[in-house]
Amino acid sequence: MNLLKQFSRILLVSLLGEILKAVLPLPIPASVYGLVLMLVFLRTGLLKVGQVRQAALFLIEIMPVMFIPAAVGLTEAWSSLAPVLLPVAVTTLFTTVLVMAVTGTATQFVIRRTKGDAK
Amino acid sequence: MKDVWGNSLFFGAVVSLLAYEVGLLLKRRFRWAILNPLLIAVICVIGVNAAMKVDYQTYNEGGQYLSYLLTPATVCLAVPLYEQLELLKKHLVAVVCGIVAGVLSSMVGVLLCAIVFGLQHELYVTLLPKSITTAIGMGVSEELDGIVTITVATIIVTGILGSVIADGVFALFHIEEPVARGLALGNASHAIGTSKAMELGQVEGAMSGLAVAVAGLLTVLTASVFAQFL
Repeated sequence: MNLLKQFSRILLVSLLGEILKAVLPLPIPASVYGLVLMLVFLRTGLLKVGQVRQAALFLIEIMPVMFIPAAVGLTEAWSSLAPVLLPVAVTTLFTTVLVMAVTGTATQFVIRRTKGDAK
Repeated sequence: MKDVWGNSLFFGAVVSLLAYEVGLLLKRRFRWAILNPLLIAVICVIGVNAAMKVDYQTYNEGGQYLSYLLTPATVCLAVPLYEQLELLKKHLVAVVCGIVAGVLSSMVGVLLCAIVFGLQHELYVTLLPKSITTAIGMGVSEELDGIVTITVATIIVTGILGSVIADGVFALFHIEEPVARGLALGNASHAIGTSKAMELGQVEGAMSGLAVAVAGLLTVLTASVFAQFL
């Protein structure tokens, strides 16, 4: 029963996220509203972390599985992708490496500089 | 026989889960970065579908119930983030700098490639939201009159690619801080990268989840500005 209760709290917050998405005219998906709401509920104590933690960590752990159907759906996009394959593939590879390197390096640079100041 | 698969509600889900198990098994056995469980699972499912002559719609009858869990799972990213809130406050400046730098580099990177390849405006705006989570990226692409199918395809490829190359990129650029690794994965490869970040550790996972949400929202704003540039 405990896990079911946890799952129902998580779905409830997802539902609230959907409602916000329907009400607010912003291009923000229900999942992001839900994430922010969940954080607010946990911070304010409206939800105790123990009331969702176990189910939440399970869902996060199995998250890759949830992407399988969408990724298999790539086969359906092939006809529109084929004519522009080279530029799209190169852009994807280049920017993925770029964003990862820039984000990581910038964050680490600031962290280590602040650490240095503190000494 | 084909009618059995054609009408099955469970075929797609079962094939996906078994394929993922194969992925986990290979990953555990060989430990090569290229053996990403999601990547292996996707290849297996495509192979099985082709071998059994099951089309995507039929497969997705069962598969959609896995996709259904994506919104609740994203909501759950708030839990590790909540547990690392002190760490987030401590590194707030670094976190903000990292995410902003990452989002800008994504836009500039796509712009540069678009200029080099001489891409049309339509394809350029299609690629702008490629590093953010699917749900937001689709919206951005639609808003800017991009080709949504291609946007979704690049988003998913970016996610898997980022998870596969992360260890290499971190080694090459000497990125060692857990906070920096988490943000890098979330910023570059959204929720799929976050799964990889969770494997690395609690801090990495929490920061990656944060980056998915913040970078997604920032991209909504910056993409409409960058769309004017080409």
